[in-house]
Amino acid sequence: MSAQSTAAIPSADVWRPSQTRRRWSGWLFYGLAVFSTLMGLVMLGALLYDIFTDGAREVDWHFLSNYPSRIADNAGLRSALLGSLWMLAFTAIIAFPLGVGAAIYLEEYAPDNWLTRFIQLNIANLAGVPSIVYGLLGLGLFVRWLELGRVVLAGSMTMALLILPLIIVASREAIRAVPDSLREGSYALGATRWQMVRQTVLPSAAGGILTGTILALARAIGETAPLITIGALTYVAFDPNGPLDIFTVLPIQIFNWVSLPQKEFHSLAAGGIVVLLVVLLTANSLAVYLRYRMQRRLQ
Amino acid sequence: MINLRIDAQTTDAVATPSQNGQTDAILMTRSLNFWYGSAYVLEDVNCDVRPREVTAIIGPSGCGKSTFLRCFNRMNELIPTARLEGSVVFRNRDIYDRAVDPVEVRRQVGMVFQKPNPFPKSIYDNVAYGPRVNGYKGDMDEIVETSLKRAALWDEVKDDLKKSGLALSGGQQQRLCIARALAVQPDVLLMDEPCSALDPIATTRIEDLIRELREQLTIIIVTHNMQQAARISDRTAFFTVAESGAGVLVEFNDTQKLFTTPTDPRTEAYITGRFG
Repeated sequence: MSAQSTAAIPSADVWRPSQTRRRWSGWLFYGLAVFSTLMGLVMLGALLYDIFTDGAREVDWHFLSNYPSRIADNAGLRSALLGSLWMLAFTAIIAFPLGVGAAIYLEEYAPDNWLTRFIQLNIANLAGVPSIVYGLLGLGLFVRWLELGRVVLAGSMTMALLILPLIIVASREAIRAVPDSLREGSYALGATRWQMVRQTVLPSAAGGILTGTILALARAIGETAPLITIGALTYVAFDPNGPLDIFTVLPIQIFNWVSLPQKEFHSLAAGGIVVLLVVLLTANSLAVYLRYRMQRRLQ
Repeated sequence: MINLRIDAQTTDAVATPSQNGQTDAILMTRSLNFWYGSAYVLEDVNCDVRPREVTAIIGPSGCGKSTFLRCFNRMNELIPTARLEGSVVFRNRDIYDRAVDPVEVRRQVGMVFQKPNPFPKSIYDNVAYGPRVNGYKGDMDEIVETSLKRAALWDEVKDDLKKSGLALSGGQQQRLCIARALAVQPDVLLMDEPCSALDPIATTRIEDLIRELREQLTIIIVTHNMQQAARISDRTAFFTVAESGAGVLVEFNDTQKLFTTPTDPRTEAYITGRFG
């Protein structure tokens, strides 16, 4: 056997690996990777520059505290901002416990059988369903059948459905990343399954779960289609004060302004986008901060 | 009923009466057979573990040593395809009886794993974890201090109990895991190759600790290291892989006898280094 394997190694004059070609392909790949990264950064930079030069001067207290108006100088997005915040709050209240609960069940309790795998596959599929389909579902289910009307709660429930798969998938990843040795260590001390989940798995997975939830909520705040479908208004000149008030949200207000012919309203739309981006980036930084803090606590 | 008290010392471990043919063993296995799915892992193991002794389990890789160890605290059933036949008797009661809650068994039969696995919590919370989940209401500071002292870790960590358990060295982490296991006052401590991830100095400290702990509780230790088994154990069980592919208990005897005058040729071959 040893004689065979020695014979299998080709002698030096037949086997002369090319150093230069390999080094070149290495550099080429490096260049492509850097280019891909820069593409994203440049696009984001251009987008931010364009929007901020157009919209930043529109954003002041007057803009934030006034209702929309036919007269561009008087117009603000107070009702849309409040509507977005109300909707976001109730979406979080509905989607977070359901999503995390489902993830805990699937990862820690569910037996590994065809039914569980079928559910998991379909949750992944749900994450890819176009948002307008959720809007139609929300319209049929919450607005018409539950007779909630075109209120914040109906919007929140629709958005919760939309982001539930995202929260479940992110939470499952976070829970699965907790090493089994910790689960065994917990069981070996006489912990019940729930004690093990509550005191070992959830603290370790909290960072990932929170990050996933915040990113899902950030998606919800930017969605327009499902809310137009359920009939969120385009012109609201009063504050939504609770889950059962009719409402509009920032993206709808921005869309509304963009579709008007006058130039002044286009600047207002840019201002609205700035506000929306600030809310989004704040949410994302919060996610990054939370993850950092959790990781440091666990080192 | 299984005793659920958490006292400072559970002294009745040795007091099991040897009447009506019952042995004084604290743990016994009878006709123990074990499968993972279709893989036959343990074949007909009968083994009596005496209280207040260190019992070492040695044998080549894949002979089911760790699986056997995990039968004593029902850790195997966390694996969905695991199947066990026969009985494991702890203080005259079959722990695989339907009426027995594995949570109760694990409180009394503690375990230390191959790789140190402290929780990502403070040293204090690591030790307090077991008493807390078991509903201990007494002086937690005292139980933490006592347990860390019993695990010979107190002097090294007493000034920063709030520090993360993961910030300790490997050997310290393993002693923290021992302290954590001791904090629920188990009668038996299972150790699955506790030194295999440690350097020689840390290993020596754990071995010293095992010798001290023998005064207080029953220890069953799986080890790859025959010298270690010879150094620390009172009795040694030698497992090997049988024709069936499953692990079998070949020989179980006083450690000194097993290493000097083995009765089975397979034991002799293994301890003299001719296989495994």
